[in-house]
Amino acid sequence: MRLITHNMLSCNIKGVTNGFPLKIEAEKVIEKEVDFNPDFLKHMFAKIEWKALVEAARAMGYGELPEDSPDVAVIESADETFLKKLHHALLEIHLEEGALVCPETGRKFPVNKGIPNMLLHEDEV
Amino acid sequence: MKSRTADIHLVSSHREVYEPCDDSFALVDALLADQTNLINHNPKLCMEIGSGSGYVITSLILLLKESLPNVHYLATDTNPIAARVTNETLQAHGVSAEVVCTDIASCLEERLSGLVDVMVMNPPYVPTPEYEVGVEGIASAWAGGENGRSVIDRVLPVVDRLLSERGWFYLVTLTSNYPSEICLVMRERGYASRIVVQRSTEEENLIVLKFWRDEDEESVVKETASVSFLTQFSRSLSSFVEKQWR
Ligand SMILES: C[S@@+](CC[C@H](N)C(=O)[O-])C[C@H]1O[C@@H](n2cnc3c(N)ncnc32)[C@H](O)[C@@H]1O
Repeated sequence: MRLITHNMLSCNIKGVTNGFPLKIEAEKVIEKEVDFNPDFLKHMFAKIEWKALVEAARAMGYGELPEDSPDVAVIESADETFLKKLHHALLEIHLEEGALVCPETGRKFPVNKGIPNMLLHEDEV
Repeated sequence: MKSRTADIHLVSSHREVYEPCDDSFALVDALLADQTNLINHNPKLCMEIGSGSGYVITSLILLLKESLPNVHYLATDTNPIAARVTNETLQAHGVSAEVVCTDIASCLEERLSGLVDVMVMNPPYVPTPEYEVGVEGIASAWAGGENGRSVIDRVLPVVDRLLSERGWFYLVTLTSNYPSEICLVMRERGYASRIVVQRSTEEENLIVLKFWRDEDEESVVKETASVSFLTQFSRSLSSFVEKQWR
């Protein structure tokens, strides 16, 4: 699971109002190189919850992202330093083994072989 | 020559996971038939609900990869073994997608809304008793409840929510699912539709539908009929339209 996916996942147990972002418990993190594509990053940037991404990246051992969300000028500028970091954080770091924890209920969703299992129990839907 | 769709010999399998079948091939043929349109559409994010063996999502990636190398792909399935097998099939073809084990897209619905440019699904569509729907194991791959519509009817609003303004949705149906009624339901949500592939096998009459947002459709519906009217009479309209299709 990449962090771009993590940024789109929430816990939807019945009655939960604050199921985002899921806290990451990392057991095994792997990195896979992906072609750098600034257009895709610019397209996605508006949708990313910045704080959730910074925290998730940190939980995965990557602390290079700035604490505050950069403004659009930085995204559009010719300097690609920031976009390269964003690219790495969103697309190249994978949670291979571990868990995602609901911030409200503490319910743990396991991640095995890179696949988060978000299925709910009968009494949770 | 490199094959343009997934290589059936490289598709991973498991006795608890739906093997690529006529319906899977029909969906991939629909994507093939629409390949040029898809490339011109230039999607950023594509998604499959119920990816099973991974045959369809892998084929979609292979179809677009050369022209559009940077598309992001997502796949879901309720069956954890299918999710794993999807990943194996992707890896065997040297491509990748994000796989999540979830019901339809429930854990993604909120944050992913309006972001999916292309959605594909080959749902459990076989008419069965309702209790067979969503059971553990392979039966949930085909069991579709009354008229085979149980899962389909839950999927439609989710797809509407996830699709971007210019989103497209490809859906496998049977004639016994009342596909024209499905089109009407989507029309109420502002979607136009057409048949991309129609195919009769010994057992079933498969129709692959494509939906896209069309403001004109929405206004037509609002002008000509109230929503309740449509729902009430969609069944009879349904058979009427079906006759026209033949
Ligand atoms: C007919 S099979 C299609 C598999 C594959 N896409 C293909 O075309 O060969 C339907 C798939 O949907 C999955 N499925 C059934 N109900 C689902 C649900 N509510 N949410 C997500 N996936 C579901 C099944 O596990 C199965 O893998």
